[in-house]
Amino acid sequence: MSDMINIKINGMDFAAPKGSTILEAARLANITIPTLCFLKEINAIGACRICVVEANEGRGFRTVAACVYPITEGMEIRTNTPAIIESRKKTLELILSNHDRKCLSCVRSKNCELQALANDLGIEFEGKYDGETQNYDIDYSAAHMYRDNNKCILCRRCVAVCEKTQGIGVIGANERGFKTHISSAFEMGLGDTSCVSCGQCINVCPTGALSEKDFTSEIIAAIADPSKKVVVQTAPSVRAGLGECFGMPIGTNVEGKMVAALRRLGFDCVFDTNFTADLTILEEGTELIERVKNGGKLPMITSCSPGWVKYCEHYYPDCIDNLSSCKSPQQMFGAVLKTYYAEKMGWDPKDIVSVSIMPCTAKKFEMGRDDQNAAGVADIDYAITTRELGRMIDRAGINFADLPEEKFDDPLGIFSGAGLIFGATGGVMEAALRFAVEELTGEKLNGEKLDFKEVRGTEGVKEASYNVNGLEIKVAVASGLANAKKIMDKVRSGEADYTFVEIMACPGGCVNGGGQPIVPASVRNFTDVRSLRAKALYDQDAAMELRKSQDNPAVKALYDEYLEKPGSHKAHEILHTSYVARKINKDFD
Amino acid sequence: MGMIKAAVPFNGTKEQEAELCAIIAELKDTRGALMPVMQKAQDIYGYLPIEVQTMIAEGLNVPLEKVYGVATFYSQFSLNPKGKYRISVCLGTACYVKGSGDIYEKLQEKLGIGDGGCTPDGKFSLEACRCIGACGLAPVLTVNDDVFGRLTVDDVDSILAKYAD
Amino acid sequence: MTLEQLNAVKEKMKNEVALRTHGGENSKYEKHILICGGTGCTSSGSMKIAETLEKTIEAKGLTEKVQVVRTGCFGLCALGPIMIVYPEGAFYSMVEEKNIERIIDEHIIGGQPIKELLYDETVTDEGIKALDDTAFYKKQHRVALRNCGVINPECIDEYIGRDGYSALGKVLTTMSQDDVIQTILDSGLRGRGGGGFPTGMKWKLAKNLVPDADMKYVCCNADEGDPGAFMDRSVLEGDPHVVLEAMTIAGYAIGAKQGYIYVRAEYPIAVDRLRIAIAQAREKGMLGNNIFGTDFSFDIDLRLGSGAFVCGEETALMTSIEGNRGEPKPRPPFPAEKGLFDKPTILNNVETYANIPQIILNGPEWFTSMGTEKSKGTKVFALGGKINNTGLVEVPMGTTLREVIEEIGGGIPNGKKFKAAQTGGPSGGCIPPEHFDIPIDYDNLIGIGSMMGSGGLIVMDEDNCMVDIAKFFLEFTLDESCGKCTPCRIGTKRMYEILDKITKGQGTLEDIDKLEELCYHVKQNSLCGLGQTAPNPVLSTLRYFRDEYVAHVVDKKCPAGVCKDLLSFSIIEDKCKGCTACARKCPVGAISGTVKQPHVIDTNKCIKCGACIATCKFGAIIKK
Repeated sequence: MSDMINIKINGMDFAAPKGSTILEAARLANITIPTLCFLKEINAIGACRICVVEANEGRGFRTVAACVYPITEGMEIRTNTPAIIESRKKTLELILSNHDRKCLSCVRSKNCELQALANDLGIEFEGKYDGETQNYDIDYSAAHMYRDNNKCILCRRCVAVCEKTQGIGVIGANERGFKTHISSAFEMGLGDTSCVSCGQCINVCPTGALSEKDFTSEIIAAIADPSKKVVVQTAPSVRAGLGECFGMPIGTNVEGKMVAALRRLGFDCVFDTNFTADLTILEEGTELIERVKNGGKLPMITSCSPGWVKYCEHYYPDCIDNLSSCKSPQQMFGAVLKTYYAEKMGWDPKDIVSVSIMPCTAKKFEMGRDDQNAAGVADIDYAITTRELGRMIDRAGINFADLPEEKFDDPLGIFSGAGLIFGATGGVMEAALRFAVEELTGEKLNGEKLDFKEVRGTEGVKEASYNVNGLEIKVAVASGLANAKKIMDKVRSGEADYTFVEIMACPGGCVNGGGQPIVPASVRNFTDVRSLRAKALYDQDAAMELRKSQDNPAVKALYDEYLEKPGSHKAHEILHTSYVARKINKDFD
Repeated sequence: MGMIKAAVPFNGTKEQEAELCAIIAELKDTRGALMPVMQKAQDIYGYLPIEVQTMIAEGLNVPLEKVYGVATFYSQFSLNPKGKYRISVCLGTACYVKGSGDIYEKLQEKLGIGDGGCTPDGKFSLEACRCIGACGLAPVLTVNDDVFGRLTVDDVDSILAKYAD
Repeated sequence: MTLEQLNAVKEKMKNEVALRTHGGENSKYEKHILICGGTGCTSSGSMKIAETLEKTIEAKGLTEKVQVVRTGCFGLCALGPIMIVYPEGAFYSMVEEKNIERIIDEHIIGGQPIKELLYDETVTDEGIKALDDTAFYKKQHRVALRNCGVINPECIDEYIGRDGYSALGKVLTTMSQDDVIQTILDSGLRGRGGGGFPTGMKWKLAKNLVPDADMKYVCCNADEGDPGAFMDRSVLEGDPHVVLEAMTIAGYAIGAKQGYIYVRAEYPIAVDRLRIAIAQAREKGMLGNNIFGTDFSFDIDLRLGSGAFVCGEETALMTSIEGNRGEPKPRPPFPAEKGLFDKPTILNNVETYANIPQIILNGPEWFTSMGTEKSKGTKVFALGGKINNTGLVEVPMGTTLREVIEEIGGGIPNGKKFKAAQTGGPSGGCIPPEHFDIPIDYDNLIGIGSMMGSGGLIVMDEDNCMVDIAKFFLEFTLDESCGKCTPCRIGTKRMYEILDKITKGQGTLEDIDKLEELCYHVKQNSLCGLGQTAPNPVLSTLRYFRDEYVAHVVDKKCPAGVCKDLLSFSIIEDKCKGCTACARKCPVGAISGTVKQPHVIDTNKCIKCGACIATCKFGAIIKK
């Protein structure tokens, strides 16, 4: 086999595919080499020097970084000698000498790659090389997160994901040498930049340097306040990720246990964002058909992902008219809750505390946007991440794994499979197609015809074309903003003639959102996390009776009782919003 | 830390801006244009405040952070204007072994500023530099384009006095 | 320009420039006055002198007879500004403007060199000694520097007159790519930038590794960053065309069309001369399309460094040319496979290139006849520090340090005692006198814990503290570390902190062990050459001068009297005349005593500034 390379690892003969790095080859030989800065497909810079091994290519053993060093025929590798262990340990001790070691109060304790490494390598005295440190102020300026550079180890994973995966680059390495640190231009706060709040940087951070702003205490206090009705909604992807907070395998669907846990936390109603995902399809689908029929601005582009919306406002302000005017499912939910449902229940909207559990950090930004207050008060009061919910459950002493499976409350907990798959890239598109094809043809879709597999899968850009009753519908799906840029440049130049485009800020869609449980690099480097989580949603959809948004009885009731019909004047007042053109860089006068 | 602002307000002219725009237009399609553009911009303005870096970022279509990251990596780029008289003390090895470190300390003490600093009146700025190649004259310092060599600590006062105007 | 046209220019110019080397007779001018326009002499006012010279010559109606030539560096920087009058080769040192008129009158017109203004080494009872017979030049052999101080670097014709661009003509019209590479391989030329990698091998890899590459690049590392090294700058200032010619040859050999010279912005004269040279070369068709009428095209652009030492590292340099922070990348892939803009690239330093045309013209055997078994040719050193003849020297590989320091360098000033020679800059080490007889080559220097580096050679005497020197270099690398990899970013910082502690008298013997441990760690684990060699100054001083470290931590003394915190000043009673000068000079009033009585220093008040020692005429104050 010419595409295999023969090597020797720790004295054992082994063959690994050509082009493998030492790290990959060793993994195939069931040897894990510890890493810190390396993150598959995102960051391969060989900088932290934790993954060092001894390699001999015929000129004696040399110390090399396994994460970037390719294997060559006949190479001998030693991953575990006392000298190598000592090297890793010393490098780690140097990192620790410049790290704010407040592990006890750190949000990432127990889920910190640095902490795990220190345990694995048997660090005896973390202060061995203590000396001068830099003492950075913590940056709290952004709506969704904070940066504590005192805990940063300069792995640069956040920089890589922001610059390469998302194509934004609002953070980077500044200064040099011992003064090197990650920050924004001129040390301005992240909140003053064109950061879109996607939170991917948090997901890749190995330590507690980056974290979402935590609203759990405020929610616990609201629940304890008898004058408040505290209502919670959960986004589709949360059920596909939350189990990881409790040690369950990636891709475990924990919908029933999640509902049970939320009840035990004391929420007055446990509802599902999937309900408004279905509602979104009716509003957005109607808007699309309207635009197609009446020569409106095309392509129409989805507006569910607040990270994408903010990106569009900063980087394609000339294209904001392409965005659907629909609020996101989170905001629609809050709006329906504080209008329709409040009226129905005879509650004063001011007494409702609207909480959302999201796989997303940009939702924390979105809830504070203008024109998101249908009942005269904010649609959403607290948007928290899957991780924060995990912490609330832990703190409440709820034994998650052993909880019974429970159902959402009616009526805002009723949903279709179409609403559910919003969590994966291509899901909104598929849900919309299930609606639009029926709407345009007047024929009911069933069975396999409900599956639009062309738009499924984790590729960054997907394109498809459908002939519906003689009408050519060209669609595109992008996830990750660097991929969105590829589509948007074509839209802007007029090169592409798409009808409808779905864009999600996070690569793989919401299942891989910036608010999902953090998967350490040691797992992430060898696991397709997005696909596993997406599969949980598609499996549930496939098993459901109700698979089309337009068939959701609670949505029908909402229109019958309150909104009249999709796209009505009232629906517009409550469910639609507007956008603002933003600049990339601030103006100076 | 908070956002870094230059020590003095920006007062670039229309002419300077036109000059920079011309440079950007000329180099825009050259690979690796960022550093040459930044060098020219610093020649034009004397330093690279946020206003200038923003023009560069937008002109070359790169993130402002990228420009700033480059600006803070290389010691020749300055975020602050330099003094009317730029004093540069050579701390290359040849000068150092002949005592330039003491001269540098003395200047810091005399001017009351540190490395890279500028006196509040904008008159003197001080920096250490690596070998300027005048090792035969070690230890050496320069004030703008004037070179002073074979120095002792006692020469510091008389050199500063030359620029007393 | 065709090869024939080149040869015509060469014929015309040969005699002009020959007057300056071996007394050619057919020059248009009777006298050539060469004045050094290198940075060293320019700093001491040589350009002003050149102007005065020209004005005086004009005023006296001599413009037809006398040519003034601004050249590159002659090497003896300590004696600048330097001026040489040919054909007699009269070497005027430390020339002053006020003497110009006299030199014109008495020497140029009167024919009598003014002996008291000449470099005293060249003056004998019989007359003027040839420069090549002086101690400074006798053992030198100028290959890379052969045109420095001979030609006007801003005149391409003078370069052509010294066989310039003939090697390029030979390569393009008579040699295949492989012939060129084989010639360089056979010459045994190794990279002069420090690492010593065989140059021909680099070229061979770049030619062959990616056969279908649509683009390749030739880069020149002129980002000379070692503090105290100025070899490359002198070549660029004195002979810029040699670099252009060699890069074009390299471009032909590997199949590249584009070259970049990455030069320090802090070298304004070199940058100017390169710009002029590139413009001239383009004008003459030595750069551009279809060079010498062949189908080979090549051009060169300048890129200025902006003050980052790490950009001397090859991957960092290329990253910088691409317009980024100059941070190194892991290798492999090596630049020969994936370099600048991800294309196959070679990078050589200035001095390496300066050898290429001569190797092509004279053959590899000529080159291998110089040097040692594994290090062929010559090496340029920038001699500095505590040495009489500060300057630039080029000697065959295998010359001993003793020859360079004692004979060429003229020994240590003020009768002080030798302590160490530092080579390789911040990546090198300090060599003690017991190794002074080792022939200098790549491998020997590594064997004694230093390295060739780019060629800085700094001499230290008994007044230099080796712990302080180690700290000086560490401070440099700490400041210049790019901050990308952990060992270099944090390791050098911690090493520096330990050294600082030791020089302040707060160190312990355990600190020395910890320091040594960190040195080995940083050396072995850093990403690039900067970090991998940063500990060398510490390791070499620990190896040869450990007793000085021990004195700092055990006895709390700095034997060389450098580390201020460890010094105390006192007055020797017997020697003090009670003149009160020191007491008046003391900035903190730490010295007391009555007139004509021995004075005393209050060590609690004393800030150890040393002003008293400088003031005392009787040598009564000591520090220890």
